[in-house]
Amino acid sequence: MQILIYGTINSVALALYSLGFAMVYGVSRLPNFAHGALYVVSGFITWTLLNSLGLNYAVSIILAMIATGIIGALIYQFVLIRVRGMEISEIMASYAIGLAILEGLRWGGFKGMTYTLPAFIEGSTEIAGVPVDYQRLLVVGIGAAVVALLWLFTHYTRIGLALRGMAQDERAAMMLGIDSDLMAVAAMGFGSMLAALAAILLLPLGNIVVEAGYNVLILAIAVCIVGGLGSWMGAVIAAFLIGFAQILTVVYLGAHYQMVVALLAIILTLILKPSGLFGRQKELEERV
Amino acid sequence: MTKNLEKHRKERLDRGIKVRSDSLYALMSWRELSYLVLPRLVLIVGMLILPLVMPSMYWQRVISNVCIYALLALSFDFLAHFVGLVSLGGAFFIGTGGYIAAILNTSFGLPPLLTIPLATVFGAFFCTILLLPCLPLRGVYFAIVTLMYPLLLTRVIEALDILGGTDGVLGVESFLNRWMEQYVIIMMVLLFLFGVRRLVIKDIGLVFRAVKDNDQAVRASGISITYYKTIAVFIASSMGCLGGAYLVHLYMWAGLSMFALDFSILPIAATVIGGSGTLVGPVLGAFILVPISELLRAFGTLRIVFYALILLAFIIFRSEGILVYSQRKYHQFEKWVKV
Repeated sequence: MQILIYGTINSVALALYSLGFAMVYGVSRLPNFAHGALYVVSGFITWTLLNSLGLNYAVSIILAMIATGIIGALIYQFVLIRVRGMEISEIMASYAIGLAILEGLRWGGFKGMTYTLPAFIEGSTEIAGVPVDYQRLLVVGIGAAVVALLWLFTHYTRIGLALRGMAQDERAAMMLGIDSDLMAVAAMGFGSMLAALAAILLLPLGNIVVEAGYNVLILAIAVCIVGGLGSWMGAVIAAFLIGFAQILTVVYLGAHYQMVVALLAIILTLILKPSGLFGRQKELEERV
Repeated sequence: MTKNLEKHRKERLDRGIKVRSDSLYALMSWRELSYLVLPRLVLIVGMLILPLVMPSMYWQRVISNVCIYALLALSFDFLAHFVGLVSLGGAFFIGTGGYIAAILNTSFGLPPLLTIPLATVFGAFFCTILLLPCLPLRGVYFAIVTLMYPLLLTRVIEALDILGGTDGVLGVESFLNRWMEQYVIIMMVLLFLFGVRRLVIKDIGLVFRAVKDNDQAVRASGISITYYKTIAVFIASSMGCLGGAYLVHLYMWAGLSMFALDFSILPIAATVIGGSGTLVGPVLGAFILVPISELLRAFGTLRIVFYALILLAFIIFRSEGILVYSQRKYHQFEKWVKV
């Protein structure tokens, strides 16, 4: 029972980490290696708004999400757009941005135990004899809501449909009058906002640390690769696979192995089925 | 002001001496000969006298580090721009080579001059075998796998507590004296630099470049792509493992920090800054970047920010790199002409 509950929570957390990454990659074929950095940045923005400026928690959350979205859009508009289509440069440029942000934060003194966000609702409850705090339940609830909203957004709004069109066939989308650069900027903005949302939901469970940026990046990559790069539904299912696998290894082998699971998942997927579980459409391109 | 009003473009013409020294006529005069030989001689002699002019032990250490990064950058450049495999796994090569050398030295008591070549060969075998399954993949996948391996090995070593666990392997023998310590690695950099330069213009180099440019055409010619990629990865990882084995003997210690991301990122930055696809450029880039990062050591982690930003600026604004730029200045006239 414990495994089931904590596995679900962990899986939803993984899905939240990776949705932003999957979105950016799906729309503009850009592996956004700055994703982890955006995650951490949004945590610190919320913290600053909350503690230094003394704003209301809800207001600072919304402001932080918008700010992170704008940062992501700016990064795309001014840096990544220039190297678009050059795979090596894309990876290196986005990784350099992420590295600069994370190490800049570390240098700026944002480290240690002092940075924590308060939980939305304090306290805990018991489900089938397993104690679970409200924040974790909230993570599951909001995570499910986000996935559902994202599905509605991409199927019933103009921007969402345009994004999906870009993801399926960029040239055809351009012929239908979709501004591909603008949509890519929008995707990066939304992706960053999703990273921010994940940060705000999950950071109250622990401290805000710079190292989280690297781990989130690895986990997001793991989920997206297992699910198939560019496939959003695949990412959600892969999040559950990896999430439960992690909890199972933690219970039966020890906490050390949690990261090993994610890394092994990446490597095994790439070796056995590089297009991932649900990335069928691109299978032919990827193998030589 | 007039330049702004009328459209101009830059016209480039080869210098006469470059045209003459392209062919056999270069042998006709000392001037042409020296035009050809001078840049290479500056590099070789410069690297050989470097240890002699360094003021202190500390800066000699820096030169050794520079050479390790130069080897890694060379291996990255060779794989990325001549075979088309983007490897982010410098740390993987360094760590593998380093641990093998350390174990050979501490457990079997072999001297450094024996462990380094052994670690180079066995490390390269190990890396190649681990990377073999993902060689048929294109695009970002190879990059991601190579980035993940060092992280995975770190966690595995940590979790299983093998190979000394988090403490690392202590008590590795050092070199006999510091002149040997310096010249071993400098000679190796020169050897690999000119070796790889020669390799890529041979027949096998032609196949490598064909694999990069159009793998389907290579396959249509009845040549196995994976076979050639395997050879290329073996060559590249042997350079990295050599660097790792040397590093272990330099610091007399092998540990988890050898899988650190520095070894993956700095060589790439060096390649971008020096000039990608030139093979000399990455070495040059390492000679610029590593001392800068030493000078910035006082700033702590801010230096990582600095070189991430430098890297970014070069990728976006000067993607050709220093070497290509200076090569152009050396070989060509430039002038503005009216359109």
